Amino acid sequence: MSKKNNILDEVTQGEYKYGFVTDIETETAPKGLTEDTIRFISGKKKEPEFMLEFRLKAFRHWQKLKEPTWAHISHPPIDYQDIIYYAAPKKKKELESLDQVDPDLLETFKKLGISLEEQKRLSGVAVDAVIDSVSVKTTFQDTLSKHGIIFCSFSEAVTNHPDLVKKHMGSVVPYTDNYFAALNSSVFSDGSFCYIPKGVRCPIELSTYFRINAANTGQFERTLIIAEDDSYVSYMEGCTAPMRDENQLHAAIVEIVAMNNAEVKYSTVQNWYPGNKDGVGGIYNFVTKRGMCKGTNSKIAWTQVETGSAITWKYPSCILLGNNSIGEFYSVAVTNNHQQADTGSKMIHIGKNTKSTIISKGISAGFSNNSYRGLVKITKRAGNSRNFSQCDSLLLGDKCGAHTFPYIKADNKSSVIEHEATTSKISDDQLFYCNQRGISTENAIGLIVNGYAKEVLSQLPMEFAVEAQKLLQIMLEGSVG
Amino acid sequence: MMEYTKPNVLKKHLTDLFEESKVSVFSKDKDYISALRTEAIAQFDKKGFPSGKDESWRGTDLKKVLSKGYQQFLHPQNQDIDLSKLFICEVHNFDTDILSLLNGWMVNGYARLKTFENGTIIGSLAEAMEEYPELINEYYNKSDKINEHSFSSLNTAFAIDGVFIYVPDGVQVDRAIQMVSIINHDENLLVQNRNLIILGNNSSLTFVQCDDSTNKLTSLNNSVTEFFIGENSNLDHTKLQNLNNKSTLINSTYINQDANSNVSTNAISLNGGLIRNNINVALNGQGSNANVYGLYLMDDKQHIDNRVYIDHKVANCTSSELFKGILDDEASGIFNGHIMVRKDAQNTNAFQNNNNILLKDTATIDTLPFLEIYADDVKCSHGATIGQLDLEAMFYLRSRGISEDNARMLLMYAFATEVINNISIDPLRERIDDMVKKRLRGELSICDTCVLHCGSPEKEVHFDIDLSKI
Amino acid sequence: MLLNIKNLHLEIGGKEIIKGLNLGINKGEVHAIMGPNGTGKSTLAAAITGREGYDVTKGEIVYKGIDILEMPPEDRAKEGIFLSFQYPVEIPGVSMTNFMRTAMNEHLEYQGKNPIPATDFLKRMDEKKKIVEIHSKLTNRSVNEGFSGGEKKKNEIFQMAMLEPTLSILDETDSGLDIDALRIVANGVNTLKTSENAFIIITHYQRLLDYIEPDFVHVLYDGQIVKSGGKDLAIELEEKGYDWIKQENENY
Repeated sequence: MSKKNNILDEVTQGEYKYGFVTDIETETAPKGLTEDTIRFISGKKKEPEFMLEFRLKAFRHWQKLKEPTWAHISHPPIDYQDIIYYAAPKKKKELESLDQVDPDLLETFKKLGISLEEQKRLSGVAVDAVIDSVSVKTTFQDTLSKHGIIFCSFSEAVTNHPDLVKKHMGSVVPYTDNYFAALNSSVFSDGSFCYIPKGVRCPIELSTYFRINAANTGQFERTLIIAEDDSYVSYMEGCTAPMRDENQLHAAIVEIVAMNNAEVKYSTVQNWYPGNKDGVGGIYNFVTKRGMCKGTNSKIAWTQVETGSAITWKYPSCILLGNNSIGEFYSVAVTNNHQQADTGSKMIHIGKNTKSTIISKGISAGFSNNSYRGLVKITKRAGNSRNFSQCDSLLLGDKCGAHTFPYIKADNKSSVIEHEATTSKISDDQLFYCNQRGISTENAIGLIVNGYAKEVLSQLPMEFAVEAQKLLQIMLEGSVG
Repeated sequence: MMEYTKPNVLKKHLTDLFEESKVSVFSKDKDYISALRTEAIAQFDKKGFPSGKDESWRGTDLKKVLSKGYQQFLHPQNQDIDLSKLFICEVHNFDTDILSLLNGWMVNGYARLKTFENGTIIGSLAEAMEEYPELINEYYNKSDKINEHSFSSLNTAFAIDGVFIYVPDGVQVDRAIQMVSIINHDENLLVQNRNLIILGNNSSLTFVQCDDSTNKLTSLNNSVTEFFIGENSNLDHTKLQNLNNKSTLINSTYINQDANSNVSTNAISLNGGLIRNNINVALNGQGSNANVYGLYLMDDKQHIDNRVYIDHKVANCTSSELFKGILDDEASGIFNGHIMVRKDAQNTNAFQNNNNILLKDTATIDTLPFLEIYADDVKCSHGATIGQLDLEAMFYLRSRGISEDNARMLLMYAFATEVINNISIDPLRERIDDMVKKRLRGELSICDTCVLHCGSPEKEVHFDIDLSKI
Repeated sequence: MLLNIKNLHLEIGGKEIIKGLNLGINKGEVHAIMGPNGTGKSTLAAAITGREGYDVTKGEIVYKGIDILEMPPEDRAKEGIFLSFQYPVEIPGVSMTNFMRTAMNEHLEYQGKNPIPATDFLKRMDEKKKIVEIHSKLTNRSVNEGFSGGEKKKNEIFQMAMLEPTLSILDETDSGLDIDALRIVANGVNTLKTSENAFIIITHYQRLLDYIEPDFVHVLYDGQIVKSGGKDLAIELEEKGYDWIKQENENY
């Protein structure tokens, strides 16, 4: 045992590679949150009246709410008046080409492995890069617009496609949904917007890369994806933040609408700064992600690899409204050191013959706590619906926690729900078997953990999968108990 | 009879009643009990009745139940009832000692505490509080978590009587002890009996707990039972719940286990307006094992709520849970199993399973199988299923010439047997098996088990057991 | 001498299992270790390969001239010691291909060589699979997951072929095998046998030794080698059973 503990002590965590700060000129709002802050943000963004109204309504609602306490997490109270709600890299003038993007910013994204130069991308992935509160650059817009696909920053969408925004914003996650959704709806600064017209299969992967850079700021972005009848899109999201001693708040909203026969795949590799090994600093990640399978035969699949953040509070969900619609959720959540994750999915079956699948793989190490929390609800009219859920936990070490809190509700007789959960550790037999073949304990853990998470990782788009695999290995190097 | 409109009115009534009783009924209490009552009523006052907002009561709405007025007897009542006809146990060949409770008070043979040659003490808790203060002091209200539940606090505040059993070290109680609690009153009645069962080391006990109604009137039974199981001891516990549709049963069971003890507890819920089983198991000693089983067969507008909390506090313990239910008509059900594995409770094996069948679209079930784990060398799993009867199996049976109704019955029965088979006492298992069959055929109403047969006077009354025993 | 075990004493959880065992093995030799259940055969394999929880209290295991008792199991493996497990463990989600490639590359790195290119590796896999008549599907599956008893054992010999060890220990490789699988496994071993490597075959029955001819047969009883001989000893054991050995030893 002692040998293993040594390894555990030695490598408490792989280094967080993205912890640097870029020195860029930033324009910020004053700290604190009042109606004036909201008017400031809306004014800065030169928003139409309907947006300001939406924000103010949300804000007034938020003021009536209390922060939720039901999650299996704990943190000191968040002082919402001590946060900067708007920070943007200072723009010299309107961007015409990449040459005009601040070279420091370009450098930042290069360091993060995100190329904003289209010709240098090997495979076709269009990127919307969001730093702090605003989108700095969206690539491949021209290619996409040939197919009628709109892929731009949320702000641009508000200016250029106000009707689409008006129609769909808040239709899946209303500002009344929860505390953090209300907060986001009041102060969100930017985000990505994506519209796939009828009958179009988006030819390339779309992706948004979120980066928090400025100190003391919160990041509140908002993503809206609309897939019209018979369309398809695969969307990826990545995120990182610098290492800072104070906690930073991230409260985002993602809304997806899928019409008849439409399919949306949404993949996330969440790698916000998790804090140091003593639990100092890190991002508080309170995110509301929800997809609405509005049309018949529509499908929304969430895949997430959660490795970052000091606290993760996130339940990507599907409302299966259309008959025969399908919702899927694949998740790997890794926590180490003092991280806390309370994450899972909600599948609300409303249409007939709807199907959902939940595969959740939690991995806990160090002093962390990792909870799966999920809801499967099959309503009375959702006859012949099916759900299968599997929630597995892997514990590395005896100081961490792994928890499962599923809520399963069935209101009709013709549906079938199956839920399974197991908890395990890496067995000594498995480690010895690998050792006997000459594989070191560290590599053996990497192999076994990636094997454990394979079902989920295989759902990720290729280049994401590779990144995710590496991330898992780095995060858990040597942490075995 | 008082009629109330809101739970907090009932709450006020009860706290007022407590104040009155402090100077009357409770004035004779021993100091220890008196202090407990005061503390408990304060806790109840602070927390109040649970509401739908409480996480542990989500899905079970007590508003209707608590909006009624209830009478509570703080003294035994002399009733003009032929007790010999009221208490009947229909279990053939079941060698048992029966402890009878009427409206929460011990009646008949065991009303007086009996002490046997081997040191076993059986009888009324009220009397035990007087006679055995040292045992009461050591065990009463000492269960893990008992003060966290406001219904249990309410019980502690008012509890006067119930079953008391003490089994000394090394004693095996051969004859099963059966507690039959009957509510028979012509007004809405609140009953709060309290049972305390203590097993020393290396001893064993079989305890059967029946809750029956004899009429169709409204009642609220807030019953608390504490078990303390010493090292290497065995408890075999079966609850048989067969109540009318206007009854509410809040049955809280606290099981506290020492090293290498073994407990099997079965909750068989056949009928009842609203049944809530709180089952708390604390595995305090290494090597202890708990098997917690349940079967619920609900129809009409009945509601069943089973909450099982198993706390693996130390290493090397095992637990296994199996709850199965069939819900018909507009019945609703909740199952919440919570396995807690504390830090350092290494080498834990804990399994939990909940399977449900809904027979109609109007029936509903919520299942919440929780795991909370803070140790790594554990084997824990849970599974939950909700579905209908296996259509393929149905077809198979029908293709062999079995009628649809019979096929359905056979499959429902097959579904239920997995739980019934865990009952270790043969005659009891056979009896329950029989009752389940009747229940599934729709033949069992509470009137079938009640000898009064007030609803169907033409039925002949059978007395299958020796009445002299009760 | 390739392996020299001298006066080995070993305890598991405070209970002495091996009580002064001596065994010497040269390159090019096949040694069979036989004996009744529970006499320490598998424990000996665990001791040589360095499994945790097996406390050597006395004696030494010298391999290639070095006492390896302090060496971690993966280094022993990379020095050429291979164990064909009696009960190979399942590792869900880890493909055989990925597993073997990781193992091979760690061996190569230890030898100061470059990792094997993917195409060469796959070619090598295909070659070696033929030795034990493994069909390609098996290597696409997760390590040992859902393998039948026979498949698991074939897979062990396949790994042996891939890693080309100097000293191979086959722990009850014959148990649970039907006659066809037994033949395949034995052929595999015979193909891999050279003058530069050695085998320890732990078995309960003489059956396997019909296919793999041992140079020496040792009887392990109560933590010691109580009898050694040639192939004839195995036949004698098969005829007389182990009671004969037991009696002989208890009569001392």
